[in-house]
Amino acid sequence: MDKIRAIEQQQLRDDLPAFGVGDTVKVMYKVVEGGRERVQPFQGIVIRRHGSGNRETFTVRKISFAVGVERTFPVHSPKIVSLEVVTRGKVRRAKLYYLRDKVGKAARVKERR
Amino acid sequence: MTQVWSDDDRLIPVTVIEAGPCVVSQVRTMERDGYEAVQLAFGDVKESRVNKPEAGHFARAGVTPKRFVAEVPIAEGESFKPGQEVTVEGFEAGQQIHVTGTSKGKGFAGVMKRHNFRGGPGGHGSHAHREPGSVGQASTPSRVFKGVRLPGRMGGDTVTVRNLEIVRVDAEQNLLLVKGAVPGGKDSLLTIRLA
Repeated sequence: MDKIRAIEQQQLRDDLPAFGVGDTVKVMYKVVEGGRERVQPFQGIVIRRHGSGNRETFTVRKISFAVGVERTFPVHSPKIVSLEVVTRGKVRRAKLYYLRDKVGKAARVKERR
Repeated sequence: MTQVWSDDDRLIPVTVIEAGPCVVSQVRTMERDGYEAVQLAFGDVKESRVNKPEAGHFARAGVTPKRFVAEVPIAEGESFKPGQEVTVEGFEAGQQIHVTGTSKGKGFAGVMKRHNFRGGPGGHGSHAHREPGSVGQASTPSRVFKGVRLPGRMGGDTVTVRNLEIVRVDAEQNLLLVKGAVPGGKDSLLTIRLA
């Protein structure tokens, strides 16, 4: 068991800033399009962190052209070029699924200061 | 099982296998035993835990006592000596292997789990939820044919998974990272050979 953990430990990234549910983050993600590689930004509210070790993922939700878009990234993915915490959010639950049913002003998260 | 990132940044599901170091504890020869094989031993064990016949067997080969012993057929032209070490050095990343092990025992299982029967309806007056249904005809032949799939012991069989890919070889810790699942539970004994 320890040997499996050691393999997972090697792959963890510690260069990303700490972030949690409710924070607004900007993820710079590598995408391959027709053999060409470019970096695509994705900015939104973190609505969930899921799993542990090198399988941990987080989901970012944003409103794009009036349509809600959610994207799930592995926390330790080498494809994440950089991650920037734009604002820290103050939330009272671990999963912000209720944001999916809110529109406009109601779909905001209080800022932590 | 766990996951590792590949070179093109994809997650690959892998099984971590501790493959050795095995030592040769006996060599079967054509002259003496009528067939060619090599007996491999794996896993250290306390000397006080080994009974006298086993201790003598290992002492004869000049190796420390081991927990597991298994015989493996050898290819023509290969030769082994007692005491020789067999490690993961024989494997490379990218190679295909066959992995043999004992599957997890499921106990006495019904036909839905054991033979993938569909079972009966869940409701609408039906009580035949997980039943096997008909097992044959009536007064002719007046018996159930042999080989009809029925409930019974499931699992605990020798299973071989073929053509698994080696993702990584860790020679230092004698680990093989193999893509996909292998038979059996954690810490169970496996036989690995090249495809």
